[in-house]
Amino acid sequence: MNQYTERIFNGIIKENPAIILMLGMCPTLAVTTSAINGLGMGLSTLVVLIFSNLIISMMRNIIPDQVRLPAYIVIVASLVTVVDLGMQAYVPDLYRSLGIYIPLIVVNCIILGRAEAYANKVTPDLAVMDGVGMGFGFTIALTVIGLVREFLGASTVFGMALPQFCKPISIFVKAPGAFLVMAILVAVLNACNIKTAANKKVEGCDGCCTSCAKFCEDKTKEDTEA
Amino acid sequence: MNPSFIMIIITTALINNVVLSQFLGICSFLGVSRQIKTSASLGGAVIFVMTISSAVTSLLHTYILAPLHLDYLNTIVFILVIATLVQMVEMFLKKTSPAIYQALGIYLPLITTNCAVLGVALTNVQNGYGIAESITAGIGTAIGYTIAIVLLAGIRERIDEESIPAPFRGAPVVLLSAALMAIAFMGFGNLSL
Repeated sequence: MNQYTERIFNGIIKENPAIILMLGMCPTLAVTTSAINGLGMGLSTLVVLIFSNLIISMMRNIIPDQVRLPAYIVIVASLVTVVDLGMQAYVPDLYRSLGIYIPLIVVNCIILGRAEAYANKVTPDLAVMDGVGMGFGFTIALTVIGLVREFLGASTVFGMALPQFCKPISIFVKAPGAFLVMAILVAVLNACNIKTAANKKVEGCDGCCTSCAKFCEDKTKEDTEA
Repeated sequence: MNPSFIMIIITTALINNVVLSQFLGICSFLGVSRQIKTSASLGGAVIFVMTISSAVTSLLHTYILAPLHLDYLNTIVFILVIATLVQMVEMFLKKTSPAIYQALGIYLPLITTNCAVLGVALTNVQNGYGIAESITAGIGTAIGYTIAIVLLAGIRERIDEESIPAPFRGAPVVLLSAALMAIAFMGFGNLSL
């Protein structure tokens, strides 16, 4: 396996951002009411992630270390605005059903997390492959969770009605269903002895995702120096 | 108090609870809810930051972005303003009131990337709220967040003493508790205002 396919395998299976790393929980729980929404959210995140990884990796020697986080945020926010406007123009229905979660891709921990943990250390080609792997990993996870919730909650698959053999359990497409499906998913992974970030003991600063954990790390450093 | 402001508070805090029905701020909701004391401090910090940031982003939108037809810059401007604002609040508190800084300080950086803060700013614009309404919505949302995280912390303190099937220990049981809380909060959806 060469280093490019390794990146893709890593993103989809070994370090799947939504299931193993538990990053980007907000969209994972919020938009997976149907498979189409999950797929749309996953693909928009994929596009932002590939380009942010590419740009940040190309600019890794230009951006001064002290202001790197604000710089990354500007890059990511610009890309999100482009995706936002593009979706508004070409897929208005999907745009309406994803609503506020499209601009909120800016604060998705996966994007800043990959920039900070990987893209700013490697060459652009590897960074792009990392974006592809992570993005597809996220897309697949969201689509599958959306598929499960849609099937259980509405008896449809990608919007197509299935022959009904039992009444749909509509709570699965409502807010509590997201927590239920995620709880069962993590429990199954635990039972199979697959290590996820959910097993880590978390409290205070470590309790949050990579990007904010980074802020915390800088702060602790500052405090010890002071 | 004007009844519409009370309605905004009830809607944002209970009916459209930011965590349990909109899924914003899940990271800290699951991560920092081990003890009632720490989650209450985080809630305090969120109320503080969200009120200020709603005011500032609403002012920016009403007086700068909207008149210049720069609405498409909302996301970029808001996230930068929020990030800077949190830093400034932190420095300001450090200098002026060390007591509050001691209590809230370590939670402030967590809030920078808390999607709830940006979420409220964007929702306010979407709903066409004015400045006073935006601030009210900010306070309401933050109260809703605090209610949710403190309740979850209370449940988790009890859960820690129970014996739970091994695969469900840790995150799954927390998510299940959150699911039950979400079911309870769905009841507020039937409130007729």
